[in-house]
Amino acid sequence: MHVKKRKFLQIICLTIVSTCLIFIAVPHQQVHAFSPQIIQKGAIGEDVIELQARLQYIGFYNGKIDGVFGWGTYWALRNFQSEFGMEIDGLGGQKTKEKLAQVTKYDQEGIQNETNAGGEGNKEENVATEPTSTNVPQGYSQNDIQLLANAVYGEARGESYEGQVAVAAVILNRVQSATFPNTVAGVVFEPRAFTAVADGQIYLTPNETAKEAVLDAINGWDPSGNALYYFNPETATSSWIWSRPQIKQIGKHIFCK
Amino acid sequence: MKYMFRWISIALLVIAGIGLGAWGYKEHEEKNAVLIQAENTYQRAFHELTYHMDLLHDKIGTALAASSDKRLSPELVEIWRITSESLGNVGQLPLSLLPFNKTASFLSDIGEFTYQTAARDLEDDPLSEEERADLEELYAQAEDIQGELRNVQHAVLEDNLRWMDVQLALATEDEPMDNKVIDGFKTVEKKVKGYEEGNVDSSIFAITPDKEMYQSITGEDVAEEEAVNIARDIFHLPDEDLTVSTTGEGSEIPMYTMTYRDDDINAYMDMTKQGAHPVTIIMKRPVKEQNLSLHEGTLEAEEYLKSFDIDDMTLFQSSEHNGIGMYSYIFQDGDVRILSDAIQIKVALDNGDILGFSGRNFYSNHHDRDIPQPEITEEEAVDLVNENLTVNEIHLAIIDDDFGDEVLVYEILGSLDEDTYRIFINADNGDEEKVEKLSSVEANFS
Repeated sequence: MHVKKRKFLQIICLTIVSTCLIFIAVPHQQVHAFSPQIIQKGAIGEDVIELQARLQYIGFYNGKIDGVFGWGTYWALRNFQSEFGMEIDGLGGQKTKEKLAQVTKYDQEGIQNETNAGGEGNKEENVATEPTSTNVPQGYSQNDIQLLANAVYGEARGESYEGQVAVAAVILNRVQSATFPNTVAGVVFEPRAFTAVADGQIYLTPNETAKEAVLDAINGWDPSGNALYYFNPETATSSWIWSRPQIKQIGKHIFCK
Repeated sequence: MKYMFRWISIALLVIAGIGLGAWGYKEHEEKNAVLIQAENTYQRAFHELTYHMDLLHDKIGTALAASSDKRLSPELVEIWRITSESLGNVGQLPLSLLPFNKTASFLSDIGEFTYQTAARDLEDDPLSEEERADLEELYAQAEDIQGELRNVQHAVLEDNLRWMDVQLALATEDEPMDNKVIDGFKTVEKKVKGYEEGNVDSSIFAITPDKEMYQSITGEDVAEEEAVNIARDIFHLPDEDLTVSTTGEGSEIPMYTMTYRDDDINAYMDMTKQGAHPVTIIMKRPVKEQNLSLHEGTLEAEEYLKSFDIDDMTLFQSSEHNGIGMYSYIFQDGDVRILSDAIQIKVALDNGDILGFSGRNFYSNHHDRDIPQPEITEEEAVDLVNENLTVNEIHLAIIDDDFGDEVLVYEILGSLDEDTYRIFINADNGDEEKVEKLSSVEANFS
């Protein structure tokens, strides 16, 4: 009886120990070998850093390891796929990732050091596993977006979200229009164009909602219906503005052609 | 009598006091208004300068990537024009006492170079090797200055720096002062790290104003109640009350506008009266922690497109930002990509909900097209681009040319050093229609 019990205990112990060993062993094998996601152009994050680092290790990628899947990374990945006889889709899918993990090494700490020291005097400190760059819409810098957000916040912070997108869209429609200045700054600071500029409210610090509204407008949303003007009917002093063909009213603002 | 005199003097003094106060306040207000006006002028000149420097950097890059000398001339003229405008911006800034030599001398260098080269007939007398090397040197300098100016611009926007403070400091103090703008400009002069970024005036998605728009909108007009029911379906708000209004005479096409608002959601939709096509959809809500990859978001976006019976769309670009996936699709007619017929979709990467849809470009540009056969072959088109460029991808495409007419082109994606360019070669006569530098990534400031 006693012997049996002991044997039983032994088996249980063995099972527990071996299960533990498996659990410890498995993650070791997969260290730094991508998460399961399919990595697509435009993605950001750790997987992209790993992708760039591995492509750089094998000599396909020469750009910055910044954690943003941009054009440079895209061509490098396609060249890699072509070189290894895989389907050339520019996606970091399962097969591609396995192949990459097979033929390259990824030393996370080393990459961190390299990103810290490398790239022509790049002296940023917290590069680590966070992307050091960001996606911006084609043709706009982060500062352009900030300036637009200042204008939207100054003009329409009391309005609904779509009301803010509409105001941003009007500014962009003006930049496109031949009868207005051709730059965002030119349109925003045009004398007598926006009240928030005239009374200095444009220098308030905008919130995240205003920034998101600006990004939506840049990306093609336009609730104003392609308007070039808007006015608040309660405070508008010019009678000329009433003669413009009106498109719609959003919140306090009437938008017109 | 004595008292009366006293009261009269007190009354007079009080009136005088109030009058003085009112006058002082009015003066103060006027002074403030003038200060803001002056500040706005400086801010405008400064932000325009940085924008022009962005543009200049890209245009020089584009000129380097341009293949034909025929295309190079207009590019050089454009660079020269932007240079003059930038010099105009510099002239408006209160920089008499600020270090600004590098930018100014760069501008005069590039102005001189482009003036000399653009004025001559480049088809007879093309750019020499040295001139190309000069241009490359200027390109590197432009990148430097662009990066530095953006740093100052970032500081100006982030910390609300005022040019008037510089001006007042200069006017009231004799000794060297500590001022953030001045310090910022001193660093412009020092060599700091350059950012790889650019700023192309992308005209791909521009709606051409003179075109007949919304040709593809067909079907019967729908009544208001029906529109509301369709909108409820799309919003997934089956029982809620929507606010409805109709567009005025200024609208390009009559539409219903429907909105819904509660504590979490801000829903908005523009729908054409004819055929009930949703043109703009916004579902604004807070986005939680990210669970889906950008690629998984693509599947949601494609599902959504199918639900509107919009077929033959291919993914044109995608990007991820703050837990939101932004996707843009273009219409593909056989093997020809129609770049103007674009749809944008915004997906929340926490649970895959659709946050927005913009079919404006698609509905206003889409129509049945008779696409001609290309006159030149793919190989011939590739032979026409700059030989230094590595051609990575090539498609047939339809774009709007400089006059707003649709033309069949070969869309060639190629790389030159670390930069990627999109080059459009006319498929009929081999002309280079447009060259664009593609840059969608920028170093993070924060």
